[in-house]
Amino acid sequence: MSDIKSRGYANADKLVSTDWVAAHLNDDHVRIIESNEDPLLYPSGHIPGAVEVDWVKDLNDPLRRDYLDKAGFDSLASRIGISPATTVIFYGDKSNWWATYALWVFELFGHTNAKIMDGGRLKWAEEGREFTREKPAITPSNYDAPARDDSQIRAFRDGVLAHIQAGGQLVDVRSPGEFSGETLHMPGYPQEGAVRGGHIPGASSCPWSRAANDDGTFKNATELRAIYLDELGLNPEEPTVAYCRIGERSSHTWFVLTNLLGFGDVRNYDGSWTEWGNSVGLPIEK
Amino acid sequence: MATLPPKLQEYLDDFGFITTREERADFLIDIADSFQPVPPAVATKPYDEAHRVIGCESEAFVWAVDRPDGTLDYYFDVLNPQGLSAMAMSAILDEACSGAPLEQVANISGDVVFLFFGRDISMGKGRGLTELIHAVVYHARQRL
Repeated sequence: MSDIKSRGYANADKLVSTDWVAAHLNDDHVRIIESNEDPLLYPSGHIPGAVEVDWVKDLNDPLRRDYLDKAGFDSLASRIGISPATTVIFYGDKSNWWATYALWVFELFGHTNAKIMDGGRLKWAEEGREFTREKPAITPSNYDAPARDDSQIRAFRDGVLAHIQAGGQLVDVRSPGEFSGETLHMPGYPQEGAVRGGHIPGASSCPWSRAANDDGTFKNATELRAIYLDELGLNPEEPTVAYCRIGERSSHTWFVLTNLLGFGDVRNYDGSWTEWGNSVGLPIEK
Repeated sequence: MATLPPKLQEYLDDFGFITTREERADFLIDIADSFQPVPPAVATKPYDEAHRVIGCESEAFVWAVDRPDGTLDYYFDVLNPQGLSAMAMSAILDEACSGAPLEQVANISGDVVFLFFGRDISMGKGRGLTELIHAVVYHARQRL
């Protein structure tokens, strides 16, 4: 894969290479954070010095369906020893799908000095780089975050409804089968997750993983524009909403549209299909 | 609870002593390390899609081969090299269900996933591992 700076991204500074991370393992101004879907990966071995931020345990409210609040974020950020000035580097499994999710949540709290290690855990492993099972000794900090700001990069159900009624851009990043509403389960077993199948009316289908190469790195800007601008017809100047099932895959697309292609107003609808497909009376297309 | 395959019950009893997330992870990682993919005598790549576990994003596949005694040998593969949880679940199911009475295998609930992995796994991961169990149960039920 070519050098990140040569790929034509709108904001190439949001990505760092594995080489960059390897050169900053002992940088006090940098905190490397692993975020995975599979909870066994970090304890089985991680980049030396990396801490884990677990989506379920660390980023979600334990009771309500929501993310952690300011107090929870202050506690998390303090536990992993960062300050607002710390450059946090996320990486993880599934082509950084969960890493972009964690980054998105951090940005809800104003920690925008956050980047993704291109290629994630898979690339680090395939390059034969070191993994350790030793947890780093972290000196806790005293982080004082602003209140969570859901108004800029997060979408809610009623806002999405108004958005589609106004003909706004919407990207469904789930698989084609989920988009079409097919039942993908083995005969005799119930559909899980939502009462209804299909997609939000007006949504374009573009599975999140199309933005990634087989090695987990992001496609270059020319390739991404061909998908999102030429094929889907999205206008970078128009507000755009991305959604999936619970907002995790769509955070990857949010990252791509916002940082790699420079869209001006992209929101991740984390309620996504598990909210929309279970809500009474909302319009659905198949 | 309906009778489970004895080896599965043994695993569940062992996991019942786990008190921390770290212990649980270490236990499951050790199990994942013992995972053996399907031998070439049973299946070779590219695998028949009929054996794919729908809903498991670690790209798990399951095969069931009849034994002379009427039970089944189960074989698995997990194509995602980072699919450690799927490997651990497959290794447990292989040891617990291969050769076990079909009635007992057919009684396994997908909810046992949470007894092994705890409740703090993602919905997608929980669903994928549950579907892995469903695939094994499905084959047992097909023979009953």
